[in-house]
Amino acid sequence: MANAIVEIQDLSFGYKGRLLHKGINMTFPKGKVVAIMGGSGSGKTTLLRLIGGQLKPTKGQVQVGGEVVHQQDREGIYRLRRKMGMLFQHGALFTDLSVFENVAFPMREHTNLPESMIRDLVLLKLNAVGLRGAHALMPTELSGGMARRVALARAIALDPSIIMYDEPFAGLDPISMAVICDLIRSLNDALGATSIIVTHDVEETFQFADYVYFVADGVVAAEGTPDDLRNSELPFVHQFVHGEKDGPVPFHYAAPEYHASLLRGAR
Amino acid sequence: MVLHKLKRMLSKLGAGCINKIWRLGAGGRLFWLTLISSGESFRRFRLTIREVYFTGVLSLIIILVSAFFVGMVLALQGYHTLQKYGSSEAIGVLVALALVRELGPVVTALLFAGRAGTAITAEIGLMKATEQLSAMEMMAVSPIARVIAPRFWAGVIAMPVLATLFSMVGILGGYLVAVPLIGVDAGAFWSQMQANVDWEYDILNGVFKSVVFGVACTMIALFEGYDAPPTAEGVSRATTRTVVTSSLAVLGLDFILTSFMIAV
Repeated sequence: MANAIVEIQDLSFGYKGRLLHKGINMTFPKGKVVAIMGGSGSGKTTLLRLIGGQLKPTKGQVQVGGEVVHQQDREGIYRLRRKMGMLFQHGALFTDLSVFENVAFPMREHTNLPESMIRDLVLLKLNAVGLRGAHALMPTELSGGMARRVALARAIALDPSIIMYDEPFAGLDPISMAVICDLIRSLNDALGATSIIVTHDVEETFQFADYVYFVADGVVAAEGTPDDLRNSELPFVHQFVHGEKDGPVPFHYAAPEYHASLLRGAR
Repeated sequence: MVLHKLKRMLSKLGAGCINKIWRLGAGGRLFWLTLISSGESFRRFRLTIREVYFTGVLSLIIILVSAFFVGMVLALQGYHTLQKYGSSEAIGVLVALALVRELGPVVTALLFAGRAGTAITAEIGLMKATEQLSAMEMMAVSPIARVIAPRFWAGVIAMPVLATLFSMVGILGGYLVAVPLIGVDAGAFWSQMQANVDWEYDILNGVFKSVVFGVACTMIALFEGYDAPPTAEGVSRATTRTVVTSSLAVLGLDFILTSFMIAV
């Protein structure tokens, strides 16, 4: 795609001889919100780490802004990362720094801005996530949803062109979830950025995502707009979107036959 | 059956050895990376100063109180033995030499490992477990330069200062027991100490030891934290290993350093 800012091409990745991804292709066009969905353990978060250059692919490549990530040296990877912001699953706020200092952290590390400007920028970012009033609090004083929003303010501190979200809705109450949903879309559009969201929350994601990839068994099992996927007849997508207990993804982990196990006293 | 057991034992021993050597290599690699990433610790010296506060200043109470008691006990025990030979005035020398040469650096390092070392390991381990180090990496900030190196230099700076304070307060404790309590002549206590404690041979060697212990204890604490599996159990095991490894390293290094210093 011509305006793709991130491209994953024929990517395979595995640990200790076991392949987690087997030839994945994905495109993330500029300005769009794209979700990567799949069950727990399907390697969604690993994909974010591959995009961020924290892991190297076994085969294939990830391109960010036309540059192959794993071919970069440390400086090159850091240069690419300065274009990215990442929201970690539990926020990953620095617990020894206040909310203000957490958001100021990337600015202090990468710019020589005067203190007054850093102050204005931090308050601006915190205002965007609705937490300007909480700037003096420590991370331990925040609720899960607030911590996630502060982490989001930190992720957008340097106006990144790519924002990655790792399970942004995990463990949030419905109100916080709605707030985060709204923020992801509005911040993406306001910054003109590209958002990549890794999640398994179907309903929330389908409300605001432009495009969705389903990952299962190490491959892209389905892709399309939320509407396409909602009406998909593919058994896996149907099971996932409608939250059915049994289907192509079995309820039981692979095990010997139940009756035989009981009789033999085996586990 | 016996052969099978023996084989299993041997392979366990081998695996243990390989693991230890691997960890030594990984520790050495982290040490090297810390050294080459140390620029920021000095350019932004307040990062290091902040850690000096956490590792050094906050360890002061335990170090000083221990030093006071160690000094008092040394004076009591020393007097008990020296008076049998009619040389109780040498008590000042005994207390000072024991503290400056050995007990100051060694006991400080052991207390440092227990007080500051464990705190460093737990902090770094939990930073890893809560993805704070990953977050830093993703912000294009090297955790080794920003988190590890300032703590390393803080430990290296704090240790000799703490050891010096330990010796000073220990000597004060020894003085309080020997002179006002037992009644040894104050003039003899100080003048013999002044005459027999050598600046280079005793004091500088003691400081050198504590610098080496500072490098070892801090690096072990940092490595254990950085290498800890990101779980509650992983961090707790790493914290225990910090104390055990640091203590053994300090005692082993002390023997090696002392044997070189005495030979010279």
